[in-house]
Amino acid sequence: MRNEIALIIMGMALVTFATRFSCVALLQKTGMPVWLERWLRHIPTAILTALIIPALVLPKGQIDISFNNHYLMAGFIAAVVAYKSRNIIATLILGMGTMLFLRLLA
Amino acid sequence: MNAKQETLEQGCMESGRDFWAGAMNSGPILLGVIPFGITCGVMGLTAGLTSLETIMMSIFVFAGASQFVAITMFGAGITGFGLIVFTTLLVNLRHMLMGASLAKYLVKQSLFRQVLLSFLLTDEAYAVTISRIHQGGYSSAYQFGVSISLYITWALSTIAGVLVGSYIPNPLAWGLDFAMPATFLVLLFPRLTDRCSIVVCVVAGLISIAGVLYLPGKWYMIVACIGAVLVGGLMEGEKASEK
Repeated sequence: MRNEIALIIMGMALVTFATRFSCVALLQKTGMPVWLERWLRHIPTAILTALIIPALVLPKGQIDISFNNHYLMAGFIAAVVAYKSRNIIATLILGMGTMLFLRLLA
Repeated sequence: MNAKQETLEQGCMESGRDFWAGAMNSGPILLGVIPFGITCGVMGLTAGLTSLETIMMSIFVFAGASQFVAITMFGAGITGFGLIVFTTLLVNLRHMLMGASLAKYLVKQSLFRQVLLSFLLTDEAYAVTISRIHQGGYSSAYQFGVSISLYITWALSTIAGVLVGSYIPNPLAWGLDFAMPATFLVLLFPRLTDRCSIVVCVVAGLISIAGVLYLPGKWYMIVACIGAVLVGGLMEGEKASEK
């Protein structure tokens, strides 16, 4: 292992840990203030959406709303199953199944 | 056996159950992590890193997106410490929002657990952990179960990528990466119970699409999150003042 690469990896590890730990460290003494909690309440919904929508609508970095976008088509099926069943296994099987089916067709 | 011992044992059994529940619930997402880990291993070697360096990066940094960016920079001949580390910081800034969102629960844990769970915090671990909070309350054992499964899978799939990756036809072309958005859909729907949450979701969706198009790297997540959270917070503020 080259020294300069090891150093860069350690630097990356350190700043990554800092982003993950900083807020917890800051609120260590005070606990979570009530006013802040109100603003933080919607973060889960916002982050989940930001993880899902781009992966389906722009799987290759460009907006692709067409039948050729397998992620969008399989995502639509998965969304319906997820909404109706609230079941991860059912959603995965039908979603991935749609994905596989579309791939075999293409 | 005295009462104190009994509660202690009960507590241990409970956290054991939570740990395994977390490990099990991360299962579907692990499926989506494997092709990325393998690709990370392959890309590391292609960019001129040694096997050990590529694996060490996965073990110490444990942040997929920023590793891909750093490896791409190495491949392009960019090896400046400051530039790579600063880029890593920018790509991972979104974790601050997740840390803030979980801080309420984490500050009540021992410092060792805070550090360990923070080190292991990823998009995926966050998504699964907050769903458990939504359904049955926070459990640090559960978060650890989810996080450590993701960590081990990430490390092992990077090692697999380094060892045999070049024999596997492009793992990202299998469509397994669809496992993540599909799982997250199941985690998202139970949250959309009132008008405010639905608006937050729509705003986050629209901003994230625009963000992918016009912003570099993972900034779309930060901007979408802050934008949607502001709209949600303001809406609730209005509701409160109407009362």
